[in-house]
Amino acid sequence: MDVGQMQKRLLDYMNSLLKEGILDSQFAQLQQLQDESNPDFVAEVVNLFFTDSENLINDLSNALGQQNVDFKKVDSCVHQLKGSSASIGAQRLKNTCISFRKFCDEQNLQACLMCLQEMQQEYLLLRSKLDVLLQVEKQIVAAGGSIPIMEF
Amino acid sequence: MSLVHVLGFGLKVGHLIWMICWWFVSVISMNWFGNGGIMDPKMSLLGGKDPIGWWERVLGRISLIHHHCSQYVGSKRVSNTWWRKLLYTWLVGSTICSMWTFFYMSSQAAEKRKETLTSMCDERARMLQDQFNVSMNHVQAISILISTFHHGKNPSVIDQRTFARYAERTAFERPLTSGVAYAVRVLHSEREQFEKQHGWTIKRMDTIEQKPVHKDDYEPENLEPSPIQEEYAPVIFAQDTVSHVVSLDMLSGKEDRENVLRARASGKGVLTAPFRLLKTNRLGVILTFAVYKMDLPANATPNERIRATAGYIGGVFHIQSLVEKLLQQLASKQNIVVTVLDTTNQSYPISMYGSSSNASDDSLEDVSMLNFGDPFRKHEMHCRYKERAPWPVLEIATSSGIIVIAFLMGYIFHATMNRIAKVEDDCREMSRLKKEAEAADVAKSQFLATVSHEIRTPMNGVLGMLDILMDTDLDVTQQDYVRTAQASGKALVSLINEVLDQAKIESGKLELEAVQFDLRAILDDVLSLFSGKSQEKGVELAVYISDRVPDKLIGDPGRFRQIITNLMGNSIKFTEKGHIFVTVYLVEEVRDSSDVETISSPRNTLSGFPVPERRLSWSKFRGFSQEGPPCPSLSSFSHPVNLIVSVEDTGEGIPLEAHPRIFTPFVQVGPSISRTHGGTGIGLSISKCLVGLMNGEIGFVSEPRVGSTFTFTAVFDNGCSSSGDYGDPQINSQSNPSTLEFHGMTALLVDPRPVRAKVSRYHIQRLGIHVEVVPDLNHSLSSVTNCKTTKIDMIIVEEEVWDKNSGSSALFVNQLSDQGVAPKLFILTNSISSSRTGNRSSGKIQGCPAVITKPLRSSMIAASLQRAMGFRNRAITRNGEISRLALRSLLRGRKILVVDDNDVNLKVAAGALKKYGADVLCVNSGIKAISLLKPPHHFDACFMDIQMPVMDGFEATKRIRAAEQSFNSESQHGDGHGEAQGRAKNWHLPVLAMTADVIHATHEQCLRYGMDGYVSKPFEAEQLYREVSRFFASETNWTL
Repeated sequence: MDVGQMQKRLLDYMNSLLKEGILDSQFAQLQQLQDESNPDFVAEVVNLFFTDSENLINDLSNALGQQNVDFKKVDSCVHQLKGSSASIGAQRLKNTCISFRKFCDEQNLQACLMCLQEMQQEYLLLRSKLDVLLQVEKQIVAAGGSIPIMEF
Repeated sequence: MSLVHVLGFGLKVGHLIWMICWWFVSVISMNWFGNGGIMDPKMSLLGGKDPIGWWERVLGRISLIHHHCSQYVGSKRVSNTWWRKLLYTWLVGSTICSMWTFFYMSSQAAEKRKETLTSMCDERARMLQDQFNVSMNHVQAISILISTFHHGKNPSVIDQRTFARYAERTAFERPLTSGVAYAVRVLHSEREQFEKQHGWTIKRMDTIEQKPVHKDDYEPENLEPSPIQEEYAPVIFAQDTVSHVVSLDMLSGKEDRENVLRARASGKGVLTAPFRLLKTNRLGVILTFAVYKMDLPANATPNERIRATAGYIGGVFHIQSLVEKLLQQLASKQNIVVTVLDTTNQSYPISMYGSSSNASDDSLEDVSMLNFGDPFRKHEMHCRYKERAPWPVLEIATSSGIIVIAFLMGYIFHATMNRIAKVEDDCREMSRLKKEAEAADVAKSQFLATVSHEIRTPMNGVLGMLDILMDTDLDVTQQDYVRTAQASGKALVSLINEVLDQAKIESGKLELEAVQFDLRAILDDVLSLFSGKSQEKGVELAVYISDRVPDKLIGDPGRFRQIITNLMGNSIKFTEKGHIFVTVYLVEEVRDSSDVETISSPRNTLSGFPVPERRLSWSKFRGFSQEGPPCPSLSSFSHPVNLIVSVEDTGEGIPLEAHPRIFTPFVQVGPSISRTHGGTGIGLSISKCLVGLMNGEIGFVSEPRVGSTFTFTAVFDNGCSSSGDYGDPQINSQSNPSTLEFHGMTALLVDPRPVRAKVSRYHIQRLGIHVEVVPDLNHSLSSVTNCKTTKIDMIIVEEEVWDKNSGSSALFVNQLSDQGVAPKLFILTNSISSSRTGNRSSGKIQGCPAVITKPLRSSMIAASLQRAMGFRNRAITRNGEISRLALRSLLRGRKILVVDDNDVNLKVAAGALKKYGADVLCVNSGIKAISLLKPPHHFDACFMDIQMPVMDGFEATKRIRAAEQSFNSESQHGDGHGEAQGRAKNWHLPVLAMTADVIHATHEQCLRYGMDGYVSKPFEAEQLYREVSRFFASETNWTL
C-alpha cells in the first residue's frame, strides 16, 4: 500500500468514526497539535487516556460493587472520565459519562450499573477503533508520509 | 338676569352643602371618637361660641380621620367594612340631622308665633286698659264736678238737664262709657223729704233685674217703689242715653249695691261684674265712684269715707262695643280672636267679650292681665289665632333637602368607594397578570436561550459537515447546493446568536466585558467584512475616526463591533448607490465645534449624494444638552471617553410612519422588507440595548429616498491614559511593524471632495505617511515639480478625478514619468468590477497606476503599497490563521502553569499551549499549583481546572490571590525589596479557568474568586487568543 492510499484510508476511517459519533472535532484538534517538535503527541495522549480510563473504570466497578455505594466517589470518577474523554474527543464515551452522572445524582444504582456496562462497551469500542487508527498512522509515518488532518 | 339668579342660587346651595359637610364631618368625628369630647351640634352649626377653637378641633379630627384612613386603606377587608360603617353612620346621622333641623325650625317658628300673639295680646290689653283709664278718669272728673256744684253749692246749680247736657257734650272724653248717672245717698230718714223734693218715689231695681223686660216695654212709672231701707241711692242725674235709670235705687240692684258699697268704702273707682244692662239688655259693667261731702285725706278709714259719702257716680261700659271699637283701630284684628273675661271668681269666669267657641282648637292661647283700676275685680284678656298655624313648608323643605343632599352624598360616596374597590381589584388583577406575564416573559427568554443554545450545537455539526463536504470531490451543482446550505446554515447560526443576545438582554444577563481594544482595528475589520458586498453594489464604504479618539480603549469590543455591524449591515442592505460612511468622534469634539463634518451641503458628502442632516440624529441625546458626563454611572471609569459614532448612508431611508418603532424587536419597516432583504428585525433592538449598556444613546435621522444616519454614543475607558507610553495615537500606530516601512514618506492625494479627502488622508496617515491634498491633477503636478524640498513618494488619485478626463490623465502620467524619480501612482477605486481594473492590476507596469480598492483600511493600503513599491509581501491569511499566528506570537516563550487533575486533559492542554510556543509546566493538583505560584512569580500565566479533588480551582486561586496581596502590601511597606521592586509593584498572575461547561454563572464565579477569565476545555484557538491577548497585551506595557 502506498502512502497516498494509506492516507486516504485513514481519512475515510476517521470520517467514519466521526459519522458514528465515536470521535468529534476535538480529536482533529488534537491531531493538529502534533507537529515535528512533538511527533508522537496523539499516540501519547491516547495511550495516557487508555491507562487512565482503565483505572477509572476499574475504580468505578469496584465502587459500584460495594455494599454502600459512595456516589460521591463514583461521581468524581465519572467526572474525570468525562473530562478526559472530552479532551480526546471521544464523543460517545463522553455522552455516556454525562448520562452516568445524571443517574449518579439520582443515586440510581441500577441505572448506574447499566451505564457502567455501556461505558465499558463504549470504551472497548473506542479502544479498538483508536488502536486501528494509531496503527495506520504509525504505518503512514513509517512509510514517510504525513498524517492527514481532518478539516472541520 | 336669570343667569345671575341661577348663579346666585347655585352659590347659596353650594355654601349650604359646604356648611352641612363641615358640620357633618364634625358630627361624624364625634361619633367616631368617643373620647372626642361632647360638642353641641346646634352650637357648632350656628357658629358656636368659640369658632376658631371649634375649627381647630374639626381640622384636628379631620387630620386624625385621614390618618386612620391611610392606616386602614392598606388592607382591603378593613377598608371595605370601614367605609360601609362610615356610610351607614352618615345615612343615620344625616337622617337625625334632618329631623333635628325640622324640629328645631318648627319650634323656632312656633315660638315666634307665640311671641307675636303675646305682643299682639299685650298691645290690645294695654290699649283697652288705657282707654278705660281715660274714661274712668273722666267719670271721676264728673264726680268732682258733682261734689263741687251739686253738694258744694246750696242750692244746687246742677239739675238733671244741666247734667245731661254736660255729660252729653263731654261724652267724647269717655269713649268707652255709654252713659253716666249720679245717684245721691239718701238715708231713710230723709226719704220722704227727698221724694217730695224731686216729685217721684225711689224705685227698686231688683225686680227689673229678676224679670228683664224688653226695651220697648220699659216703663219707669211701672216700677215698684223701693221698700224701706236704711238708706237709698236713687239716681238723680243721668245722661240721656241712660235717663231711664233716674229714680232707681242703686242699692236695690244686686250688682250696683255691692259696687256702691265698695266704692264709698275704698274711695276709688269700682267695677261691677259684667251683667245685662237695663233696657239695652247688653252686657256691660258699671264703674262707680263715690262722691264725698268733704275732702278726705288719702289715708281715711272706710268708716270715715262711708260717713262722708254724698252720692255715687256711675258710668256704664258696654264691653262688647268697646272692645270692638278698640280692635277696629288695630289693623290685624282679624288674625286673632280676643276674649275678655272677668276672673274675679276664679272658678266661674264671666265672659265679657267674645266666646271661646268660635276660636280655633289650636291650643295656642295668650293671656294678658287687665287692670281697670279696681283691685277687687280681676280681668283677663285671652287671645287666640283665628286660623291654625300654617303647614311648616319651609321646615319640611329644608329638612328634606338636607336628607336628599345627604343621601346623594352618601350615594356618591358609595359609588366612589365601589369604584375604588373595583379599581383596587382591577389593579390587583393587573399586577397579578403582570407578574404572570413577566414570568412568562422570563420563561420565554429562558426558553429562547435554551433552545438557541441547543440549536447551536447541532448547527455546528451541520456546518462542520458541510465544510468537510465542500472539500470532497463534488461537481459544480453539488458544490452550489452545499454552498447554499452552508450560507443558510451560517445565516441561521447568526440569527440564533441574535436571538440569544436578545434573550440575554431581556433577562438582564448580558454583561459587557472590559478589555483593551483597538477601535480602529475593529472598524477596519468590520469594513472588510462588508467590503465584498459594497463592491458588488458599487457603494462607497468609508470610515473616519477622529485623531482625538484614543488608540486603545477599554470596553467590550465584541459588542461594539456588533452594533457597528448591525448598523452597517442595515445600511448596506438598503443602499444601492452612493456611500456608507462611518465616523467616530469624541462627544466633546462634536459638542464643542458644532461644524465638525456636520454641514452637509449636498456636494460635500462622501459620494456626492445628498444625506440627511446628521446632527438631527443626536439632537435628542441627553448627553448633549447637559454639561459634564452624560451618565452618572460614568464614575466607574477612571478616564471616560465618550464616543459618538455615526453611520451615514444614502439608501432608501426609513418611511416616516416606521420611525417610532424602529428600535422595537422583531419589527421591520414593512412586511415586504423581510422578503426583500431578509433579517429578523432584531438587530436594531439589540443595538439599542447594547448602546444602553455602554451608557450611550442611539438615535437616527432618515429621509425617504435620501438616506439615513444612525448615531450612537458609547462610553469607554481610555486604555492609554494609564501609562504615559502612549501619547499621540499617530505615533502609536507606527509601532505596527507592517507599516513601519512607510514611515516618513509623503503622499500627494488628489481629491476635489474634502470629506472624501479627509477620509483617505486619515487612512494613509495611519501608516505614518505624510499627506498633502490637492484638488486636481494640475495642482498635483505643480506640487510635484515645484516642491523639491519634500520628496513626494506617491501620488494617490481618486478614481473620479482620473476618469474625468482620460486625456489629461494620460498626459499627467507622461509628465510624471518625465521626472527623475517618478512617484508611484495609485488610483483609489470604488469597485473591482470596474472595466479598467484588468490593465491596472499591477502598479509595477510603469505608467499604469496601481489600484487601491476601497473601502480603505490601513492594512489594505499597506498591502497595496507594499505590492506596488516592492516591499516584502506579507501574506494576509485567513482570519483563523491570523489569530493562530498572533497567538503564537503572544505565547512564545511564556512560562505557563497548567493545573488539572485529569492527566489526559493536562496533556492535551499542555500540548495545545506548547504548539503555540509556550513553555508549559503541568501539575495535577491545586495544592501543588499553590506551592509553585508564590510571588514573585516565575510564571506568566496559569490555566486552572475548576473541578479538582482536594482543592478546586476557585480555592486555589483564592489562596494565590491572598498570597499575592500580602506580598504586594509587604513590598509596598518595606521599601528595600531590591530586584522585585523595579519589576512590578503589583503582582497579579493571570489565572484562567479551564472549564468544560461555559455557563454564565461559572463565569461570574470565576471573576469572584479572582480569576481573570476562562477558556472552554477543549481549547479553541479563537477563544484562547481572546482571553490570553487580554492580559498579555496589557502586560506588554512593562515587558517592552
